Amino acid sequence: MRCAESLRVQAYFDAEVDAVSAADIERHLEHCAECRALLGDLEQVRTVLRRDSDYARTPTELRSKIMRALDQERAAEIQVAEGAPAPEGTALPRKTPRPRERVSPSSSLRSFWVGALGGVGGTALAATFAFALLVPRFANPLLDELVSAHVRSLMPSHLIDVVSTDKHTVKPWFTGHADVSPAVADFEPQGYRLVGGRVDFLDHQRSAVVVYQHGAHVINVFSWAGRERALPANATRSGYHFAFWKAGDLDYCAVSDTGWDELLALVRLLRD
Amino acid sequence: MDEKRARFEAEVLPHLDAAYRFARWLSYAPGDADDVVQEAILRAFRGFDTLRGSDVKAWLLAIVRNCHSTALKQQQRRAFVPLPEENDARDGHAMTATTPDPENASIRRDEQRTLDRLIAALPEEHRTVLMLREIEEMDYRQIALVTKVPIGTVMSRLARSRAALKARWLQETEGEPRAVR
Repeated sequence: MRCAESLRVQAYFDAEVDAVSAADIERHLEHCAECRALLGDLEQVRTVLRRDSDYARTPTELRSKIMRALDQERAAEIQVAEGAPAPEGTALPRKTPRPRERVSPSSSLRSFWVGALGGVGGTALAATFAFALLVPRFANPLLDELVSAHVRSLMPSHLIDVVSTDKHTVKPWFTGHADVSPAVADFEPQGYRLVGGRVDFLDHQRSAVVVYQHGAHVINVFSWAGRERALPANATRSGYHFAFWKAGDLDYCAVSDTGWDELLALVRLLRD
Repeated sequence: MDEKRARFEAEVLPHLDAAYRFARWLSYAPGDADDVVQEAILRAFRGFDTLRGSDVKAWLLAIVRNCHSTALKQQQRRAFVPLPEENDARDGHAMTATTPDPENASIRRDEQRTLDRLIAALPEEHRTVLMLREIEEMDYRQIALVTKVPIGTVMSRLARSRAALKARWLQETEGEPRAVR
């Protein structure tokens, strides 16, 4: 027969009761051996569970798959927002000054862009706003992917798949994990410490990422098989710098929030 | 990256591992868990604009649970539930504390396997409540939100699953020199 107080004792154990009830339960525990034993059991189960259970983490492939699905989802959303009449309450520029002429809701958006960008009927403010919205939309998709990949890598425990400061460990690891095998070197004396490697899905392939630490900053060096395609120009996005180069038949991009000088110094070391 | 996507990554994706674990506890078949998590993240993204309040984790896990129920209804095909041992290949992703002592490590591995099996044997509604409390460290209110049952039910399921696990754990380790702790 179970003590009628057992659920309250459990709530006490789970820190779900206020101070008054807690004092009440503590008094009960003093003279109820059954509930004291229960408290011990609860503690034991918790200890075993927290010590031994499977703290599974999202597999890297699944994470990449989800990221790509999100990219597609977002691209579709934006397409709908551009093609269809903008519904009430969207982030599209409803509140900005409109062109003077009245237009039907379905074409208002497009006319608005034309008006704002052409300087006809749009104020300077509207033009600025329109520009800010337009730029990311027509930006290089590869750069977008790199921004996501870099930001993602900075999330807890996504940075490194193989931890090593030894280039002879990191380089072979890429064989079999990534589609390419990039140059791997440690530049500790120059202040760029090799900390490991990772595989990211980028440009429809498993790109190899070599991770360096420079002071407090992480530098991701992405590499993937180039496709005779011009690389984007070096750029700064979301506070991160992106430096691109080609070497052999691989394309490289170094990404970090270090200063440009520091980033380009590593690029020079890697290219030599 | 556009603003919605960036906000989603910052607010929701830190809970991706929790969502993945939860999906595994729900289905106990990793392949299914993958599909459920992906569908849940996409649904979460579509509904992201309507998210109010700060309990993102409970919100996301509730979506995972919905996706799991939908998937179950769609494919009432599961005749048996594979035991975790059969999925050991996937356990490369399991994060377990490593100890430098190999003998100790092997004992730990045995205990982990036993525990996995015992957890898998619990009824789903007991297992999920237990894991949300002990591993995700959610409070009763959050667990009630995720599992869509009253707090009283959360409490009784929690009590039953803890008692069952404790009893079975004792049975399994009975007669062995190692104590529970």
